[in-house]
Amino acid sequence: MSSATVFGVCGAVVIGLGLYGLITSPQPLRKIVAFNLVGSGTFLIFGVVARRGAVAGLGSDPAPQALVITGIVVAFSATALAVALLLRFFQATGSATLRASAPPSTASDTSPG
Amino acid sequence: MPFAAVNLDGVTTMSGFLLVLSIMTPVVGALVAFAAGGRNVRRVAFATLPLGFAVAAAIALALRQGGPLVYLLGGWSPPLGVALRADGLSAVMMLTTAVVVCAVALFAGTDFQVPAAEVETRAPFAFWILLLAVWAALNTVFVAGDLFTLYVALELLTFAAMPLVCLDGRGETFQAALRYLVFALLGSILYLVGTGLIYGVYGTLDISLLSQRMQAEPATLIAAALMTVGLLAKTALFPLHLWLPPAHAGAPAAGSAVLSALVVKGSFFIVIRIWFDVMPALPGVAAAQLLGGLGAAAIVVGSIVALRQERLKLLIAYSTLAQIGYLFLMFPLAFRPDTGRIERGGALAGGLLQAISHATAKAAMFMAAGLIYAALGRDRIAGLGGIARAAPMSVIAFAIAGLALIGVPPSGANLAKELLLQAASETGQWWWGLVIQAGGFFTSAYLWLVLIHAFAPADEPVELRATAASGREAATLVLALCSLLLGLFPWGPYLPLPPEASASSLSLEALPKALLPIAGGAVLAILLGRWSDRLVSLSYGKTTAALVGPVRQAALALGGLVERIDGGLRQWPAAGLSLLTLALLFGAAMLAAA
Repeated sequence: MSSATVFGVCGAVVIGLGLYGLITSPQPLRKIVAFNLVGSGTFLIFGVVARRGAVAGLGSDPAPQALVITGIVVAFSATALAVALLLRFFQATGSATLRASAPPSTASDTSPG
Repeated sequence: MPFAAVNLDGVTTMSGFLLVLSIMTPVVGALVAFAAGGRNVRRVAFATLPLGFAVAAAIALALRQGGPLVYLLGGWSPPLGVALRADGLSAVMMLTTAVVVCAVALFAGTDFQVPAAEVETRAPFAFWILLLAVWAALNTVFVAGDLFTLYVALELLTFAAMPLVCLDGRGETFQAALRYLVFALLGSILYLVGTGLIYGVYGTLDISLLSQRMQAEPATLIAAALMTVGLLAKTALFPLHLWLPPAHAGAPAAGSAVLSALVVKGSFFIVIRIWFDVMPALPGVAAAQLLGGLGAAAIVVGSIVALRQERLKLLIAYSTLAQIGYLFLMFPLAFRPDTGRIERGGALAGGLLQAISHATAKAAMFMAAGLIYAALGRDRIAGLGGIARAAPMSVIAFAIAGLALIGVPPSGANLAKELLLQAASETGQWWWGLVIQAGGFFTSAYLWLVLIHAFAPADEPVELRATAASGREAATLVLALCSLLLGLFPWGPYLPLPPEASASSLSLEALPKALLPIAGGAVLAILLGRWSDRLVSLSYGKTTAALVGPVRQAALALGGLVERIDGGLRQWPAAGLSLLTLALLFGAAMLAAA
């Protein structure tokens, strides 16, 4: 098993863990952390992809590294934005749940006749 | 072949610099507005609008004279460099965006201005900068020539669109914005994983290079499935729509118009790019049918739940959900069984025309709803009585936009419907023809529901809180008319129209066909809509009621069931599981086709 495979599997596992947290955890802050976990796994996979460029005689392929740097900047801004929004949400309402508020109201619908 | 991605070697074409201008104009506008602050924000935004519009028009004109436009950033050609490309699809989407952004800006001019006593207030400051940022992100989506630029554009679009949801700072809008942001991030990270895998296999992300290299390998198929599902989550295709209704209904009217008309079209456009340009041979028949099936489900569920809403803006938001489903019907219709590929043709033209019609009509609808809300101070559908007399222009604009959406000639939706129906009969897929017709029926049903309430006499005399400025009404009306007249625009140079299309839609024989959905919609509205006792007694007598009663009871029970299903699917775990399931299904379908 080559080191690229090991890192690739690690990346996949980290993405899986993050997805699990993102879907099951009810708390927004944990969702944001879980999103960052998925992001880390993704960047690891980009790293593996860059390493595989070595097969073509290069030390490693620089393009995926440039992509990862951009990706990190985007993920960082997304996290900052989400945390700021979460804080504001908490200040405004005193709660921080993402559960859909009360189901669409069931006001009486009168049938004809 | 003006629509194939040519310029394989990559050369900057003569008008290529226009593509850079299309992105830079709104970006520079947003930055200057940010630095200027205060009252200048709105001035800068208004100064940017005509410039941005002119660039979009110049690109459309340049494309008429031939070939796609290409610009190589820094003169480096792909795969090392990054290319911007515009074909006919990009041009029409950019033009639509420019029209809608300008109309929304005229509409929002008085809503978002700094009050006389203040130096700078948060909402106007944010709104104008965000509007320009959304515009820049959308133009980037339309001209991006590689998958990673598309990813960055997609994220920029989300970051610029999300704050529009919570501009007025009410608690529940923060929640809606947070749900939108987190779910959109989930979608875009899946897209990014797919991008990484594709780079790993092919060593390039350039769309035209990829289109020659793509092969059905496991890694490619996984990437394709992940990217598709991620984009569906951002487009809010049923059942991945948990964020859309509260976000689109909670935003201020101008924000809702931008979100509903334009922002969801950004990720939709990337789905088109990927399925038609990057990997036309990969999806196969099963994945295309699956995508169409999700669209059909979106039409049925979105429309039925729309008919059960009590608030006008939520009704329009659910209508967006249904119309997004309509857009995805083109994928199975574009699939040619003989070649086994997704081909550019009438179906693509129809789908894109539907997207453009929806963009203009839905923006007009949200703006009209905003005018009605401003006039009445409430937007409960049951409380709309008398508004047609008190604010006629708003209701007329709403009705025209609705008619354009149903597909009354000469609207763009009518042309779109004809193209899609033609593609359905050519490929022998009659079931999609049925879905397309049903979509028109449902659309007219919720238009009926709103208009009957608006034209009903008022319970008490209507007191207008404010009379709308005529400029705002004019912007709404012009946009609605624009949508109604879209079928007359010369689409030939931009969209892959079959030669015999167009013209037929204007003849008198087409009229009964156009009126059918309006009549059918009335029946659906009576059966599935919420009506008060008073309106029921006004609209039909006791004998009819006795006849309709049992059927209506059954229809209402069905509606309640659909509403509960929708409520269940809009829970996080359910939406997350549907996301993963869909990724698996798409992967399996593509593997089966390989």
